[in-house]
Amino acid sequence: MLVELIFVVIKILVVITVLLLGVAYMTWLERKVIGHMQVRLGPTHVGWKGLLQPIADGLKLVAKEDIIPTMVDKPVYIIAPLLSLIPALSAFAVIPFTNATVNLFGTEYHLYITDVNIGLLYVLALSSVGTYGIIMSGWASNSKYALLGSLRSSAQVISYETAMGLSLIGPVLLAGTVSLKGITEAQANGFWFIVPQFVAFVVYLISAIAETNRAPFDLPEAETELVAGFHVEYSSMKFAMFFLAEYANMYVVSSIATIVFLGGWNGPFGPSFIWFILKIVALMFFYLWLRATLPRLRFDQLMTLGWKILIPIALVNVVVTSIVLYAIN
Amino acid sequence: MSGYLPIALMLVIAALIGLISISVGFLIRPRKPEKVKLSVYECGMPEFSDARQRYNVRFYVIAMLFVIFDVETVFLFPWAVSFDVLGLFGLIEMIVFIIILVFGYFYAWKKGALEWA
Repeated sequence: MLVELIFVVIKILVVITVLLLGVAYMTWLERKVIGHMQVRLGPTHVGWKGLLQPIADGLKLVAKEDIIPTMVDKPVYIIAPLLSLIPALSAFAVIPFTNATVNLFGTEYHLYITDVNIGLLYVLALSSVGTYGIIMSGWASNSKYALLGSLRSSAQVISYETAMGLSLIGPVLLAGTVSLKGITEAQANGFWFIVPQFVAFVVYLISAIAETNRAPFDLPEAETELVAGFHVEYSSMKFAMFFLAEYANMYVVSSIATIVFLGGWNGPFGPSFIWFILKIVALMFFYLWLRATLPRLRFDQLMTLGWKILIPIALVNVVVTSIVLYAIN
Repeated sequence: MSGYLPIALMLVIAALIGLISISVGFLIRPRKPEKVKLSVYECGMPEFSDARQRYNVRFYVIAMLFVIFDVETVFLFPWAVSFDVLGLFGLIEMIVFIIILVFGYFYAWKKGALEWA
Protein backbone atom coordinates (compact mmCIF):
# COMPACT_ATOMS: atom_id res chain seq x y z
CA MET A 1 0.00 0.00 0.00
CA LEU A 2 2.78 2.42 0.97
CA VAL A 3 4.80 1.42 -2.09
CA GLU A 4 1.77 2.06 -4.25
CA LEU A 5 1.18 5.47 -2.67
CA ILE A 6 4.79 6.56 -3.18
CA PHE A 7 4.72 5.26 -6.73
CA VAL A 8 1.54 7.25 -7.45
CA VAL A 9 3.13 10.45 -6.08
CA ILE A 10 6.24 9.87 -8.22
CA LYS A 11 4.07 9.30 -11.30
CA ILE A 12 2.14 12.51 -10.61
CA LEU A 13 5.32 14.55 -10.18
CA VAL A 14 6.83 13.10 -13.37
CA VAL A 15 3.66 13.77 -15.37
CA ILE A 16 3.37 17.35 -14.11
CA THR A 17 7.08 18.02 -14.79
CA VAL A 18 6.84 16.63 -18.31
CA LEU A 19 3.65 18.61 -18.86
CA LEU A 20 5.16 21.89 -17.68
CA LEU A 21 8.26 21.30 -19.81
CA GLY A 22 5.97 20.48 -22.71
CA VAL A 23 4.12 23.74 -22.13
CA ALA A 24 7.41 25.67 -22.02
CA TYR A 25 8.69 24.15 -25.24
CA MET A 26 5.31 24.53 -26.88
CA THR A 27 5.80 28.30 -26.59
CA TRP A 28 9.23 27.91 -28.21
CA LEU A 29 7.78 25.74 -30.98
CA GLU A 30 4.96 28.22 -31.50
CA ARG A 31 7.31 31.14 -31.97
CA LYS A 32 9.63 29.13 -34.20
CA VAL A 33 6.91 27.60 -36.40
CA ILE A 34 4.94 30.82 -36.82
CA GLY A 35 8.20 32.69 -37.37
CA HIS A 36 9.22 30.40 -40.21
CA MET A 37 5.71 30.43 -41.68
CA GLN A 38 5.98 34.22 -41.84
CA VAL A 39 9.55 34.03 -43.23
CA ARG A 40 11.13 35.13 -39.96
CA LEU A 41 13.50 33.19 -37.75
CA GLY A 42 11.77 33.27 -34.37
CA PRO A 43 13.91 33.29 -31.20
CA THR A 44 17.60 32.67 -31.94
CA HIS A 45 19.65 34.35 -29.21
CA VAL A 46 19.18 32.43 -25.95
CA GLY A 47 20.83 29.07 -26.35
CA TRP A 48 21.21 27.00 -29.52
CA LYS A 49 18.40 27.99 -31.95
CA GLY A 50 16.78 29.83 -29.06
CA LEU A 51 16.16 26.60 -27.17
CA LEU A 52 16.70 28.20 -23.76
CA GLN A 53 14.21 30.98 -24.52
CA PRO A 54 11.28 29.40 -22.55
CA ILE A 55 13.51 29.00 -19.48
CA ALA A 56 14.60 32.64 -19.73
CA ASP A 57 10.97 33.73 -20.12
CA GLY A 58 9.96 31.71 -17.07
CA LEU A 59 12.75 33.18 -14.93
CA LYS A 60 11.87 36.66 -16.12
CA LEU A 61 8.22 36.21 -15.13
CA VAL A 62 9.13 34.89 -11.66
CA ALA A 63 11.41 37.87 -11.02
CA LYS A 64 8.91 40.49 -12.22
CA GLU A 65 7.13 42.82 -9.84
CA ASP A 66 3.69 41.53 -8.88
CA ILE A 67 1.34 44.46 -9.40
CA ILE A 68 -2.03 44.12 -7.68
CA PRO A 69 -4.16 47.17 -8.58
CA THR A 70 -5.88 48.93 -5.68
CA MET A 71 -9.43 48.56 -6.99
CA VAL A 72 -9.40 44.76 -7.35
CA ASP A 73 -11.31 42.25 -5.24
CA LYS A 74 -8.14 40.79 -3.75
CA PRO A 75 -9.11 37.23 -2.63
CA VAL A 76 -10.95 36.50 -5.88
CA TYR A 77 -8.15 38.13 -7.86
CA ILE A 78 -5.61 35.75 -6.32
CA ILE A 79 -7.77 32.61 -6.50
CA ALA A 80 -8.69 33.08 -10.17
CA PRO A 81 -5.33 32.06 -11.75
CA LEU A 82 -5.15 29.07 -9.40
CA LEU A 83 -8.63 28.04 -10.47
CA SER A 84 -7.49 28.14 -14.09
CA LEU A 85 -4.30 26.17 -13.57
CA ILE A 86 -5.39 23.44 -11.14
CA PRO A 87 -8.09 21.87 -13.38
CA ALA A 88 -5.82 22.08 -16.42
CA LEU A 89 -3.07 20.11 -14.63
CA SER A 90 -5.41 17.73 -12.80
CA ALA A 91 -7.06 16.52 -16.01
CA PHE A 92 -3.90 14.54 -16.72
CA ALA A 93 -4.67 12.22 -13.80
CA VAL A 94 -6.87 10.10 -16.06
CA ILE A 95 -5.04 10.37 -19.40
CA PRO A 96 -3.69 6.91 -20.32
CA PHE A 97 -0.55 7.69 -22.31
CA THR A 98 1.04 4.25 -22.40
CA ASN A 99 0.11 0.60 -21.87
CA ALA A 100 3.56 -0.25 -20.53
CA THR A 101 3.67 -1.67 -16.99
CA VAL A 102 6.39 -1.80 -14.38
CA ASN A 103 7.02 -4.56 -11.87
CA LEU A 104 7.59 -3.30 -8.31
CA PHE A 105 8.13 -5.87 -5.52
CA GLY A 106 6.17 -8.53 -7.35
CA THR A 107 3.13 -6.44 -8.33
CA GLU A 108 2.44 -5.03 -11.79
CA TYR A 109 1.71 -1.31 -11.89
CA HIS A 110 0.63 0.65 -14.95
CA LEU A 111 2.55 3.80 -15.81
CA TYR A 112 -0.35 6.21 -16.33
CA ILE A 113 -1.62 7.77 -13.11
CA THR A 114 -5.04 6.16 -12.84
CA ASP A 115 -8.00 4.92 -14.85
CA VAL A 116 -11.54 5.56 -13.64
CA ASN A 117 -14.70 4.44 -15.38
CA ILE A 118 -15.88 8.06 -15.73
CA GLY A 119 -12.59 9.35 -17.18
CA LEU A 120 -14.06 11.34 -20.07
CA LEU A 121 -16.73 12.94 -17.87
CA TYR A 122 -14.04 13.88 -15.34
CA VAL A 123 -12.03 15.71 -18.00
CA LEU A 124 -15.15 17.50 -19.30
CA ALA A 125 -16.11 18.50 -15.74
CA LEU A 126 -12.64 19.92 -15.06
CA SER A 127 -12.70 21.92 -18.27
CA SER A 128 -15.96 23.47 -17.02
CA VAL A 129 -14.35 24.37 -13.69
CA GLY A 130 -11.62 26.19 -15.61
CA THR A 131 -14.29 28.63 -16.85
CA TYR A 132 -14.71 29.93 -13.29
CA GLY A 133 -11.11 31.12 -13.31
CA ILE A 134 -11.83 33.24 -16.40
CA ILE A 135 -15.08 34.72 -15.03
CA MET A 136 -13.56 35.42 -11.61
CA SER A 137 -10.44 37.07 -13.01
CA GLY A 138 -12.50 39.37 -15.22
CA TRP A 139 -14.85 40.31 -12.42
CA ALA A 140 -12.19 40.75 -9.74
CA SER A 141 -9.91 42.90 -11.93
CA ASN A 142 -12.45 45.74 -12.01
CA SER A 143 -11.20 46.78 -15.42
CA LYS A 144 -13.50 47.28 -18.39
CA TYR A 145 -11.27 45.34 -20.77
CA ALA A 146 -10.95 42.47 -18.35
CA LEU A 147 -14.69 42.30 -17.74
CA LEU A 148 -15.55 42.39 -21.46
CA GLY A 149 -12.87 39.82 -22.19
CA SER A 150 -14.04 37.46 -19.49
CA LEU A 151 -17.70 37.75 -20.56
CA ARG A 152 -16.78 36.95 -24.14
CA SER A 153 -14.43 34.22 -23.12
CA SER A 154 -16.88 32.47 -20.80
CA ALA A 155 -19.72 32.73 -23.35
CA GLN A 156 -17.39 31.24 -25.96
CA VAL A 157 -16.14 28.45 -23.73
CA ILE A 158 -19.58 27.34 -22.54
CA SER A 159 -21.05 27.51 -26.07
CA TYR A 160 -18.39 25.28 -27.53
CA GLU A 161 -18.37 22.96 -24.55
CA THR A 162 -21.87 21.83 -25.50
CA ALA A 163 -20.80 20.99 -29.05
CA MET A 164 -17.70 19.30 -27.68
CA GLY A 165 -19.69 17.08 -25.30
CA LEU A 166 -22.18 16.14 -28.02
CA SER A 167 -19.42 15.29 -30.50
CA LEU A 168 -17.91 12.86 -27.98
CA ILE A 169 -21.18 10.88 -27.65
CA GLY A 170 -20.63 9.17 -31.04
CA PRO A 171 -17.28 7.55 -30.17
CA VAL A 172 -18.65 6.65 -26.71
CA LEU A 173 -21.54 4.84 -28.44
CA LEU A 174 -19.01 2.84 -30.47
CA ALA A 175 -16.74 2.10 -27.49
CA GLY A 176 -19.52 1.44 -24.97
CA THR A 177 -17.54 3.04 -22.15
CA VAL A 178 -16.35 6.48 -20.96
CA SER A 179 -13.19 5.10 -19.40
CA LEU A 180 -10.36 6.59 -21.45
CA LYS A 181 -8.40 3.33 -21.23
CA GLY A 182 -11.49 1.43 -22.38
CA ILE A 183 -11.94 3.76 -25.36
CA THR A 184 -8.27 3.28 -26.32
CA GLU A 185 -8.56 -0.49 -26.07
CA ALA A 186 -11.72 -0.46 -28.19
CA GLN A 187 -9.54 0.87 -31.02
CA ALA A 188 -6.73 -1.65 -30.51
CA ASN A 189 -7.61 -3.54 -33.71
CA GLY A 190 -6.41 -0.53 -35.72
CA PHE A 191 -9.91 0.71 -36.57
CA TRP A 192 -9.61 4.23 -35.19
CA PHE A 193 -12.83 6.10 -34.43
CA ILE A 194 -11.81 8.96 -36.73
CA VAL A 195 -12.95 6.75 -39.65
CA PRO A 196 -16.60 6.13 -38.67
CA GLN A 197 -16.83 9.37 -36.66
CA PHE A 198 -15.09 11.82 -38.99
CA VAL A 199 -17.89 14.39 -38.64
CA ALA A 200 -17.63 14.19 -34.85
CA PHE A 201 -13.84 14.57 -35.12
CA VAL A 202 -14.17 17.80 -37.11
CA VAL A 203 -16.79 19.16 -34.68
CA TYR A 204 -14.59 18.17 -31.74
CA LEU A 205 -11.47 19.76 -33.19
CA ILE A 206 -13.20 23.08 -33.92
CA SER A 207 -14.78 23.11 -30.45
CA ALA A 208 -11.48 22.18 -28.84
CA ILE A 209 -9.69 25.10 -30.49
CA ALA A 210 -12.48 27.45 -29.40
CA GLU A 211 -12.51 25.94 -25.92
CA THR A 212 -8.82 26.70 -25.43
CA ASN A 213 -9.23 30.24 -26.83
CA ARG A 214 -6.77 29.61 -29.64
CA ALA A 215 -6.65 31.39 -33.00
CA PRO A 216 -8.86 31.80 -35.01
CA PHE A 217 -11.11 31.84 -31.92
CA ASP A 218 -8.80 33.92 -29.71
CA LEU A 219 -11.39 36.65 -29.16
CA PRO A 220 -10.82 36.93 -25.41
CA GLU A 221 -7.29 38.06 -26.15
CA ALA A 222 -8.03 40.11 -29.25
CA GLU A 223 -5.07 42.46 -28.80
CA THR A 224 -6.40 45.03 -31.21
CA GLU A 225 -9.69 45.62 -29.39
CA LEU A 226 -9.50 44.15 -25.90
CA VAL A 227 -5.75 44.51 -25.29
CA ALA A 228 -5.47 41.12 -23.57
CA GLY A 229 -8.92 40.29 -22.31
CA PHE A 230 -9.45 38.79 -18.89
CA HIS A 231 -5.81 38.78 -17.79
CA VAL A 232 -4.96 42.40 -18.65
CA GLU A 233 -4.55 43.34 -14.96
CA TYR A 234 -2.36 40.35 -14.11
CA SER A 235 1.40 40.46 -13.93
CA SER A 236 4.33 38.30 -12.90
CA MET A 237 3.58 34.66 -11.95
CA LYS A 238 -0.18 35.18 -11.88
CA PHE A 239 -0.09 36.07 -15.56
CA ALA A 240 2.21 33.12 -16.17
CA MET A 241 -0.36 30.81 -14.57
CA PHE A 242 -3.07 31.84 -17.04
CA PHE A 243 -0.54 31.24 -19.77
CA LEU A 244 0.39 27.81 -18.40
CA ALA A 245 -3.29 26.93 -18.00
CA GLU A 246 -4.05 27.84 -21.61
CA TYR A 247 -1.24 25.69 -22.96
CA ALA A 248 -1.92 22.83 -20.53
CA ASN A 249 -5.53 22.92 -21.73
CA MET A 250 -4.27 22.58 -25.29
CA TYR A 251 -2.49 19.42 -24.22
CA VAL A 252 -5.67 18.18 -22.50
CA VAL A 253 -7.90 18.65 -25.56
CA SER A 254 -5.21 17.16 -27.82
CA SER A 255 -4.93 14.14 -25.52
CA ILE A 256 -8.69 13.63 -25.61
CA ALA A 257 -8.70 13.95 -29.42
CA THR A 258 -5.85 11.44 -29.58
CA ILE A 259 -7.52 8.95 -27.26
CA VAL A 260 -11.08 9.23 -28.54
CA PHE A 261 -10.51 9.62 -32.29
CA LEU A 262 -6.91 8.74 -33.15
CA GLY A 263 -6.48 5.45 -31.32
CA GLY A 264 -4.58 6.75 -28.28
CA TRP A 265 -1.43 4.77 -27.62
CA ASN A 266 -2.15 2.26 -30.43
CA GLY A 267 0.44 2.24 -33.19
CA PRO A 268 1.78 -0.30 -35.66
CA PHE A 269 5.11 -0.91 -33.87
CA GLY A 270 7.37 0.35 -31.13
CA PRO A 271 6.64 1.65 -27.64
CA SER A 272 3.12 2.94 -27.08
CA PHE A 273 3.87 6.33 -25.53
CA ILE A 274 5.90 7.36 -28.61
CA TRP A 275 2.74 7.04 -30.68
CA PHE A 276 0.71 8.96 -28.12
CA ILE A 277 3.22 11.84 -28.08
CA LEU A 278 3.56 11.83 -31.88
CA LYS A 279 -0.19 12.21 -32.31
CA ILE A 280 -0.33 15.02 -29.75
CA VAL A 281 2.55 16.89 -31.37
CA ALA A 282 0.87 16.53 -34.77
CA LEU A 283 -2.34 18.07 -33.37
CA MET A 284 -0.36 20.85 -31.67
CA PHE A 285 1.40 21.64 -34.96
CA PHE A 286 -2.04 21.81 -36.59
CA TYR A 287 -3.11 24.47 -34.04
CA LEU A 288 -0.01 26.55 -34.83
CA TRP A 289 -0.62 26.15 -38.54
CA LEU A 290 -4.19 27.41 -38.06
CA ARG A 291 -2.95 30.40 -36.09
CA ALA A 292 -0.54 31.34 -38.87
CA THR A 293 -3.21 30.86 -41.55
CA LEU A 294 -6.63 32.08 -40.43
CA PRO A 295 -7.79 35.57 -39.42
CA ARG A 296 -9.77 35.99 -36.20
CA LEU A 297 -13.55 35.54 -36.31
CA ARG A 298 -15.99 38.24 -35.26
CA PHE A 299 -17.91 37.50 -32.05
CA ASP A 300 -21.31 37.05 -33.75
CA GLN A 301 -19.71 34.73 -36.33
CA LEU A 302 -18.18 32.74 -33.51
CA MET A 303 -21.51 32.30 -31.72
CA THR A 304 -23.29 31.46 -34.99
CA LEU A 305 -20.74 28.78 -35.77
CA GLY A 306 -21.08 27.27 -32.31
CA TRP A 307 -24.82 27.35 -31.80
CA LYS A 308 -26.28 27.21 -35.31
CA ILE A 309 -23.82 24.93 -37.08
CA LEU A 310 -21.79 22.74 -34.74
CA ILE A 311 -24.53 21.80 -32.24
CA PRO A 312 -27.06 20.69 -34.93
CA ILE A 313 -24.33 18.72 -36.74
CA ALA A 314 -23.29 17.05 -33.49
CA LEU A 315 -26.92 16.19 -32.61
CA VAL A 316 -27.56 14.70 -36.08
CA ASN A 317 -24.32 12.75 -35.73
CA VAL A 318 -25.50 11.25 -32.42
CA VAL A 319 -28.87 10.19 -33.88
CA VAL A 320 -27.39 8.77 -37.10
CA THR A 321 -24.63 6.92 -35.23
CA SER A 322 -27.09 5.32 -32.81
CA ILE A 323 -29.48 4.25 -35.60
CA VAL A 324 -26.67 2.80 -37.74
CA LEU A 325 -25.18 1.05 -34.72
CA TYR A 326 -28.55 -0.48 -33.86
CA ALA A 327 -29.10 -1.59 -37.46
CA ILE A 328 -25.68 -3.27 -37.60
CA ASN A 329 -26.16 -5.16 -34.34
CA MET B 1 -12.13 3.64 -4.53
CA SER B 2 -8.43 3.03 -5.24
CA GLY B 3 -8.82 4.55 -8.72
CA TYR B 4 -9.94 7.86 -7.20
CA LEU B 5 -7.19 8.31 -4.61
CA PRO B 6 -4.61 9.26 -7.27
CA ILE B 7 -7.05 11.88 -8.59
CA ALA B 8 -7.34 13.42 -5.11
CA LEU B 9 -3.54 13.38 -4.82
CA MET B 10 -3.24 14.98 -8.25
CA LEU B 11 -5.60 17.81 -7.23
CA VAL B 12 -3.60 18.42 -4.05
CA ILE B 13 -0.24 18.41 -5.85
CA ALA B 14 -1.55 20.67 -8.63
CA ALA B 15 -2.85 23.11 -5.99
CA LEU B 16 0.52 23.02 -4.21
CA ILE B 17 2.38 23.71 -7.46
CA GLY B 18 0.07 26.65 -8.10
CA LEU B 19 0.55 28.07 -4.62
CA ILE B 20 4.32 27.59 -4.71
CA SER B 21 4.71 29.20 -8.10
CA ILE B 22 2.64 32.20 -6.96
CA SER B 23 4.68 32.69 -3.82
CA VAL B 24 8.20 31.70 -4.95
CA GLY B 25 8.96 35.05 -6.56
CA PHE B 26 8.07 36.85 -3.32
CA LEU B 27 11.69 36.72 -2.21
CA ILE B 28 13.37 38.05 -5.33
CA ARG B 29 10.94 40.37 -7.05
CA PRO B 30 10.99 44.14 -6.64
CA ARG B 31 8.19 45.94 -4.78
CA LYS B 32 7.82 49.56 -5.79
CA PRO B 33 4.12 50.38 -5.58
CA GLU B 34 3.03 53.72 -6.97
CA LYS B 35 -0.39 55.31 -7.27
CA VAL B 36 -0.52 55.37 -11.07
CA LYS B 37 1.00 51.93 -11.40
CA LEU B 38 -1.68 50.47 -9.13
CA SER B 39 -4.60 51.96 -11.06
CA VAL B 40 -6.42 49.75 -13.54
CA TYR B 41 -5.52 49.90 -17.20
CA GLU B 42 -7.64 52.17 -19.36
CA CYS B 43 -5.42 53.01 -22.33
CA GLY B 44 -3.54 55.65 -20.35
CA MET B 45 -6.69 57.57 -19.40
CA PRO B 46 -7.48 58.15 -15.73
CA GLU B 47 -10.17 55.63 -14.78
CA PHE B 48 -13.51 57.42 -14.67
CA SER B 49 -16.01 54.84 -13.49
CA ASP B 50 -16.34 51.45 -11.87
CA ALA B 51 -15.99 48.66 -14.41
CA ARG B 52 -18.80 46.55 -12.98
CA GLN B 53 -21.62 48.09 -14.90
CA ARG B 54 -24.58 46.56 -16.70
CA TYR B 55 -23.66 44.28 -19.54
CA ASN B 56 -25.49 42.70 -22.43
CA VAL B 57 -28.29 40.34 -21.39
CA ARG B 58 -27.37 37.94 -24.21
CA PHE B 59 -24.49 36.60 -22.14
CA TYR B 60 -27.06 35.60 -19.51
CA VAL B 61 -29.30 33.93 -22.12
CA ILE B 62 -26.32 31.98 -23.46
CA ALA B 63 -25.49 30.84 -19.93
CA MET B 64 -29.07 29.55 -19.44
CA LEU B 65 -29.05 27.75 -22.81
CA PHE B 66 -25.73 26.22 -21.88
CA VAL B 67 -27.17 24.77 -18.67
CA ILE B 68 -30.02 23.15 -20.61
CA PHE B 69 -27.84 21.72 -23.36
CA ASP B 70 -25.06 20.58 -21.07
CA VAL B 71 -27.45 18.72 -18.77
CA GLU B 72 -28.86 17.06 -21.86
CA THR B 73 -25.35 16.05 -22.96
CA VAL B 74 -24.72 14.57 -19.53
CA PHE B 75 -27.94 12.53 -19.91
CA LEU B 76 -26.67 11.19 -23.24
CA PHE B 77 -23.43 9.80 -21.80
CA PRO B 78 -24.95 7.01 -19.62
CA TRP B 79 -27.32 6.17 -22.47
CA ALA B 80 -24.38 5.85 -24.89
CA VAL B 81 -22.48 3.61 -22.46
CA SER B 82 -25.40 1.18 -21.98
CA PHE B 83 -26.64 1.39 -25.57
CA ASP B 84 -26.20 -2.36 -26.15
CA VAL B 85 -28.24 -3.26 -23.07
CA LEU B 86 -31.13 -0.86 -23.70
CA GLY B 87 -31.88 -2.05 -27.24
CA LEU B 88 -34.64 -0.60 -29.42
CA PHE B 89 -36.53 0.88 -26.45
CA GLY B 90 -33.52 2.95 -25.42
CA LEU B 91 -32.90 4.11 -28.99
CA ILE B 92 -36.50 5.31 -29.55
CA GLU B 93 -36.69 6.87 -26.11
CA MET B 94 -33.53 8.88 -26.69
CA ILE B 95 -34.63 9.99 -30.16
CA VAL B 96 -37.89 11.26 -28.60
CA PHE B 97 -35.81 13.05 -25.97
CA ILE B 98 -33.60 14.67 -28.63
CA ILE B 99 -36.67 15.71 -30.69
CA ILE B 100 -38.17 17.46 -27.64
CA LEU B 101 -34.85 19.22 -27.13
CA VAL B 102 -34.67 20.22 -30.79
CA PHE B 103 -38.12 21.85 -30.44
CA GLY B 104 -36.77 23.93 -27.56
CA TYR B 105 -33.66 24.71 -29.61
CA PHE B 106 -35.68 26.04 -32.56
CA TYR B 107 -37.91 27.99 -30.19
CA ALA B 108 -34.82 29.70 -28.75
CA TRP B 109 -33.53 30.28 -32.29
CA LYS B 110 -36.82 31.83 -33.50
CA LYS B 111 -37.02 33.98 -30.36
CA GLY B 112 -33.67 35.43 -31.35
CA ALA B 113 -31.68 34.08 -28.39
CA LEU B 114 -28.87 33.06 -30.73
CA GLU B 115 -28.66 36.37 -32.62
CA TRP B 116 -25.81 38.78 -31.92
CA ALA B 117 -26.53 41.57 -34.34
